[in-house]
Amino acid sequence: MSPETSVSLKCRKIAEGKAEGEAIISADAICFYLVQPETGVVVEKYHSLEGQSIAGKILVMPSGKGSSVVQADGLYKLMKHNKAPKGMIVEFPDPVLVSGAIVMEIPTVMKVEKKFYEAIRSGDQVQIDADQGTVTIRKG
Amino acid sequence: MKLTTYEQDMLAGKYGEGTALAMKIQVGIGETFDALRMVPITRAHVALSAQDADLWFVEKLLNKGARCRVSPTVNPSIDLAYLNEHLFEIPREGIDIVSATNEAYRKIGATLTFDCTPYLQQNIPAFGEVVAFSESSATPYVNSVFGARSNRESSQSALCAAITGRVAEYGLLLEENRKGEILVEVKARVEDDFDYQLLGWCYPLKHKGLEIPVFTGIGKRPTPEGFMNFGAQLNTSGAVSMYHMAGITPEAPTLEAAFGGKPPKEKITIADDDLQKVRRQICGEPGKIDFAMFGCPHLSISQVAEIARILEGRKLKVDFWVLTSSLTKELARRMGYLQTIQRAGGHVVADTCIDVPPCWQPYYGRTGVTDSPKCAYYNEIRRIKFIIRPLAEGVEAAIKGEVSR
Repeated sequence: MSPETSVSLKCRKIAEGKAEGEAIISADAICFYLVQPETGVVVEKYHSLEGQSIAGKILVMPSGKGSSVVQADGLYKLMKHNKAPKGMIVEFPDPVLVSGAIVMEIPTVMKVEKKFYEAIRSGDQVQIDADQGTVTIRKG
Repeated sequence: MKLTTYEQDMLAGKYGEGTALAMKIQVGIGETFDALRMVPITRAHVALSAQDADLWFVEKLLNKGARCRVSPTVNPSIDLAYLNEHLFEIPREGIDIVSATNEAYRKIGATLTFDCTPYLQQNIPAFGEVVAFSESSATPYVNSVFGARSNRESSQSALCAAITGRVAEYGLLLEENRKGEILVEVKARVEDDFDYQLLGWCYPLKHKGLEIPVFTGIGKRPTPEGFMNFGAQLNTSGAVSMYHMAGITPEAPTLEAAFGGKPPKEKITIADDDLQKVRRQICGEPGKIDFAMFGCPHLSISQVAEIARILEGRKLKVDFWVLTSSLTKELARRMGYLQTIQRAGGHVVADTCIDVPPCWQPYYGRTGVTDSPKCAYYNEIRRIKFIIRPLAEGVEAAIKGEVSR
């Protein structure tokens, strides 16, 4: 991989660890209760990811939504079925998402440099290093 | 974030792995919100739910040796024995998860109130107290009505706070973040407790965002039940953790004080038309009902008394459920309200939530009446349809078997 095709950007840690995978970008807030636990497919009507799977991907999302009870339960069920995202990149985190990510050990970051959002496309390979505070996009 | 030696020791595992995990989550939250330090709490309330993730989380902390430093009150679960005797045979897996959840919370050191209105009994903070309250009706109540300080905790973060006895200092814990931002002129007639259900549901539809609203134009002080309904709906229809009522709530002695001397960011008006619109959207058309359910949030003793007054010497046509705390149920027994409701054919059940599956399975796919938009909203997922009416009208409907015009 040549340096030209990879972009490394600064961010801040929410939940520790490293993760690498295919990016999937959500335009809307995510309620994990409305993601099918057996498949990781978003089933929420009119959601920008409706019909797409977040399983094993790096989920790029504006924020979470829904009560702490349903949100945690949704993420937990995905994890039990091995269909949780591998990592998460969040713009506007809330306490539910932070506690979920830490306790379920999903590497998660926030406050990624603005350039990231200009460069990232669904399908790009992305690497999160929460401990170092970096996100790397590998193009091509 | 700067931690004290004690807090660092908790994080490093000196007080066990469970406390360390709780602290790690809280430090994560604190860093997310740019908190500079942690502060002690005096109270906590955890929105226990007896769902899979809830049990998994509390057991994980418990098995790692965590115990609560501040014993939290907890949300309702299910009175298994009562429902088993009077409603249906609860499935084995339901019994297992509820029993295991109750046991885990007992062992971790929670106070098993099983009630979603801790602010009416058992866990009432005073002005300025720093607390960690989850549960949608509870957070706005303690912030707005009492002037205590709590962020919009999740059930998980509130449990972690109970374990460490600490919260990260950010958001509503800081004086400067408690000022009003949105001016809401209430021109609608808001008089009884039910009007607050509609007003609470209406505001987030008119303004999306997490700013603190200041309501003006409310003539008389709401009852405790009015405040309860108001907060529950504000925080279900939207995500409002705190509001002011000018001249009524403690941090809003005047309109100027509520805004901290600054001008509002935005001004909106709520008129009779707006409340009528909400009524048309969510309350439902008159029609036959299969059952009635009240107690989301749990009913107070005065609401139970109101129901008993209406039911005195009459008979209910449909299944009738009043959900309340175990203390209120005992008080209702002492006052004779419980017997009146039972003689009419109704039930008063303690410790139980409208939203804990699978306890209301016999009503899946059927139609009920309730006084609570929140109750109706959370049951959509289980295909239970609710017609929403004021408490007294709902009770009359249950006597007739239908909601009339």
